[in-house]
Amino acid sequence: MLELKGLYKTFNAGTVNEKRAINGLDLTLEDGDFVTIIGGNGAGKSTMLNLISGVFPADEGTITLNGVDLTHLPEHKRAKYLGRVFQDPMMGTAATMGIEENLALANRRGRSRGLGKGITREERELFRARLATLGLGLEDRMTSKVGLLSGGQRQALTLLMATLKKPELLLLDEHTAALDPKTADKVLQLTEEIVARDKLTTLMVTHNMKNAIQYGNRLIMMDSGRVVVDIKGEEKKNLTVRDLLEKFNIESDRMLLSE
Amino acid sequence: MFEVFLSRLLTVPAALPGAVAQGLIWGIMAIGVYITFRILDIADLTVDGSLCTGGAVCIMMMLMGCNPWLAMLIATVAGLLTGLMTGIFHTFMGIPAILAGILTQLSLYSINLKIMGKANQAINVDKYDLVISLRWVKEAVLGNPLIMVALIIVALIALLYWFFGTEAGCSIRATGANPNMSRAQGINVERNKVIGLMVSNGLVAFSGALLCQYQGFADVSMGRGAIVIGLAAVIIGEAVFSRIFRNFALKLLSVVLGSIIYYVVIQIVIQMGLDANLLKLLSALVVAVFLALPYWKSKYFHGKRKTPKAKEGAPHA
Repeated sequence: MLELKGLYKTFNAGTVNEKRAINGLDLTLEDGDFVTIIGGNGAGKSTMLNLISGVFPADEGTITLNGVDLTHLPEHKRAKYLGRVFQDPMMGTAATMGIEENLALANRRGRSRGLGKGITREERELFRARLATLGLGLEDRMTSKVGLLSGGQRQALTLLMATLKKPELLLLDEHTAALDPKTADKVLQLTEEIVARDKLTTLMVTHNMKNAIQYGNRLIMMDSGRVVVDIKGEEKKNLTVRDLLEKFNIESDRMLLSE
Repeated sequence: MFEVFLSRLLTVPAALPGAVAQGLIWGIMAIGVYITFRILDIADLTVDGSLCTGGAVCIMMMLMGCNPWLAMLIATVAGLLTGLMTGIFHTFMGIPAILAGILTQLSLYSINLKIMGKANQAINVDKYDLVISLRWVKEAVLGNPLIMVALIIVALIALLYWFFGTEAGCSIRATGANPNMSRAQGINVERNKVIGLMVSNGLVAFSGALLCQYQGFADVSMGRGAIVIGLAAVIIGEAVFSRIFRNFALKLLSVVLGSIIYYVVIQIVIQMGLDANLLKLLSALVVAVFLALPYWKSKYFHGKRKTPKAKEGAPHA
């Protein structure tokens, strides 16, 4: 269970560029929730994910995940509990290292790294099997440098890396926004498969309303650093883009522009 | 005119063993530079000071009667500490890497003077038990730097190859390749940078310890411009061998070979009658041009590049 309580985050405080990105945010996720997050530019979606993952500290409030207080842990220590996929396909993998080397790094998330082998033979077998589930043929290119892969392949690999060691929370920050529509669909499909298979608690930021409605069991809309709409259960299942626009036209102008 | 040129050229072979020996010794230093510059993606200027620290510690230990291998080990430890200093400046104190290196380098100037007590210290090859010496460069003995340093380099490359294949070593490579990804995978990026800087400067100081024995003295200015020589070796090695050497151990070897090529070319240029005072200018310009090549390539020939290098860690939009 993820609990965000009374979160505040202001950038450039005390300057003309002051921006209150998160403004008294409260959010609780049950285990196994797959939550899609929408909201206009500057609504605080990415900031919220970055606060959870510890890219920067919160000004106020607490972040608790399954009873562990993450609020003051540094980013690399929180990584033990989190799987993350970023918007930029370049960001989640090391281009100059091989596919299997990247996976081996991910397989050691949350463990101390000593003088044992960087990759073991058993791991290679595991990676081959897991890569095969992506259906991209990467299992035959395990030693290829990741820099040679396409953006979609890199995102699929990042997704695999984020979920290789089952995370307590999966954070997807517009992870298909930089991909062409077909590749984006493929990566989203993979996302849904993996989340369903491992019953992962997931937060997925998206700019695409259709995706937000299609995926997950709960949808939240953010505005000005707060949750303004929270739809779950049956209501979420029957939700359409039209409903969303009609019911909550507060934000629709910007949402439409960015859809 | 031509005869003068020819007669000078004929003196080159006699000077070659010395040039190769220097290339080998500086090759170890260049491996240190490779670790920071290529693996960690940091230009670490500490090396200009830590090379001399290694030489100074080694020579003072030996003058006090210490076993030369133990003296070299202690010199290496001193090098690790110089890297730690830069690492702390850079990570804990948040100083940009280049400036952190410059600060350490400057402070090492004082420290090196304090270690030696004066600007230079000589060691007599007849009175002390040296591991290598310039004097034996053409003799068939283990103390011939061509033999001894080559053996040491093989051992060092084997050790580094093993280390960078371990979990800790892989995480250091990841740190340099993509710090964002590394943090997301639970890697302590700050700590890895410090470890990398320490290993690098340990190697540089070890190279300084060999160099002071080779030349028979340590001098407070022996490391001046070392970073440029190290970069030159890395760049020459890559330019000549990158297409055939892909394995990590061979990449390290290519750095050593780059260093040897550098010293052989310098030797030839000097024998041809170039004013030795211009050497540093020449080295700096050559390195500048080679550093510019990838930039020019991407700027003017980006359509023709065969293997585009992906830009890492672009800021998150």
